[in-house]
Amino acid sequence: MTQLALVIDLNVCVGCHACVTSCKEWNTSGSAGYLSDMNPFSHDPTGTFFNRVQTFEVGEFPNTETVHFPKSCLHCEDPPCVPVCPTGASYKRDEDGIVLVDYDKCIGCKYCSWACPYGVRELDEHQKVMKKCTLCVDRIYDHSLPENERKPACVMACPTNARLFGDVDDPDSEVAEAIRERGGYQLMPEWGTRPANHYLPRSKTRITIHEDELTRVDNPLKKERQLPMPDKDAPTLDDVTSW
Amino acid sequence: MHPAFSVIFLTTLIGVGQGLFLALYTGQLYSVVEVVPVEDSHTHYGIGSLIALAFLAAGLLASFFHLGHPERGWRAIARWRTSWLSREVIVLPAFMGLVTLYGLVHYFDLNPVLFTFRETFRVDLSLVIGALTTVVAFLLFLCTGMIYACIKFLQEWATPLTVVNYTLLGSASGFTLATAFAAYQHSQLTDFYAGWAVLLTLAAMVTRVASLIRNKRIKHKSSLRTAIGIRHSRITQKSQGFMTGSFNTREFFHGAPQAVFKSIKWFFLVTVFPLPVILLALGMGGGAVLIFALAFAIQYVGLLADRWFFFAQANHPQNLYYQTVG
Repeated sequence: MTQLALVIDLNVCVGCHACVTSCKEWNTSGSAGYLSDMNPFSHDPTGTFFNRVQTFEVGEFPNTETVHFPKSCLHCEDPPCVPVCPTGASYKRDEDGIVLVDYDKCIGCKYCSWACPYGVRELDEHQKVMKKCTLCVDRIYDHSLPENERKPACVMACPTNARLFGDVDDPDSEVAEAIRERGGYQLMPEWGTRPANHYLPRSKTRITIHEDELTRVDNPLKKERQLPMPDKDAPTLDDVTSW
Repeated sequence: MHPAFSVIFLTTLIGVGQGLFLALYTGQLYSVVEVVPVEDSHTHYGIGSLIALAFLAAGLLASFFHLGHPERGWRAIARWRTSWLSREVIVLPAFMGLVTLYGLVHYFDLNPVLFTFRETFRVDLSLVIGALTTVVAFLLFLCTGMIYACIKFLQEWATPLTVVNYTLLGSASGFTLATAFAAYQHSQLTDFYAGWAVLLTLAAMVTRVASLIRNKRIKHKSSLRTAIGIRHSRITQKSQGFMTGSFNTREFFHGAPQAVFKSIKWFFLVTVFPLPVILLALGMGGGAVLIFALAFAIQYVGLLADRWFFFAQANHPQNLYYQTVG
């Protein structure tokens, strides 16, 4: 089995939105049609996006931590959006586990968006079909691109390498290793959707210092004691000045 | 959830259509066993079926306004194995076809007696078609209800009460309409229908209030903790990633002020249940058409509000991600 997915490292995401703009740029220029915007240059601009970066504050001032949180389709292994689709436009590919929408079959009933607990499906206001992250399916298999560029646009764009892409079912892949060794977790596990995308938790490097290690209570070697004043006739450093 | 008027009209209109058919068939069934007088096939059952059909067709028409691509609507029959919506798309036209058949058999009197049961009860063709149509009517209630009840994380909907409410509210409004219709025809079934309408309305009141109580005490399984996977009791959103709204903020929030939200609840609780019951009770025993028509009109407007509230009350877990603009 192959299950392509993203692993997002919250530890290094700086919330720059490069993945958002890169995703939009690639997917609005794709063969499947543009990602439309409404009023892009006037009041209340809005549009279709596959990926968003949100920001949360954890804790209470002054002990707070800012968490930037990118959110896109998680390509669930048990996607609740797929069985509810009345036309079969929404489907999960057997060969790589990507959840896709057939824009020619979609009737725009929005039922799949109701059935997604994560809110990652959006109705395109112009084409009137449901759209969602495709894991850049038109990029990752494109043999006209150099091999190291056959990755989703968001992964290519991330300046801090917070987005890893690969097959989570392959135990030797970078993503599977990251999930295994760095505590990768899934969103809203309570609904049994088994998201393929995982998030790596924030981690801190800590050093444990005890109080008695900071001030030396006993000083057996008398290392830092005040030295006694030398004798008056003892030689001085320069042999000229005297005490 | 944002209540869509297309779906509000679809569910309430077909509910009336289904209920009206069930009323007509109940009347016919009772007349076969000679509990109530036999009604004229042509004017009562024929025209009655036509009215039911008109409501169903209006509901179907309303549903098209919900679709981004109505011209592809026929594709929705494809996934009946997994999707309740697909099942509804199949069952609704099937039900309409059967109601048409039932009406035609009555209207043109193509109604041969198929067999006689215990040499007293004459089972004719329309009775058999009607039995089948009744089964399909209940299937349609099941499909409509399950569309909402099957989404487990919309916890306000994910309960058998959703299906029960759709069935009882639809039936109650249909029987109320049947009462007005019978009164208009000076039918002897008027009080029979009115009695059923009162009974069904009261039953619907019990189950709808039960669902309101359930929803008031609901404990949501998802929280910001599970949504972003950070175990901390104090998480606040600082930015949702954009300033001026998206599909996520339009589709899943009802956007009405709390005062409006609450008053709509009390509005439908009064207009769907006690008012029609009082009017029906007043009209029983030879009342005017007007009082029954008023009962139906008030109940239907109430049902629109009820359906609005049904959608608005559902709290989608995706809303956790859209608490603060930025």
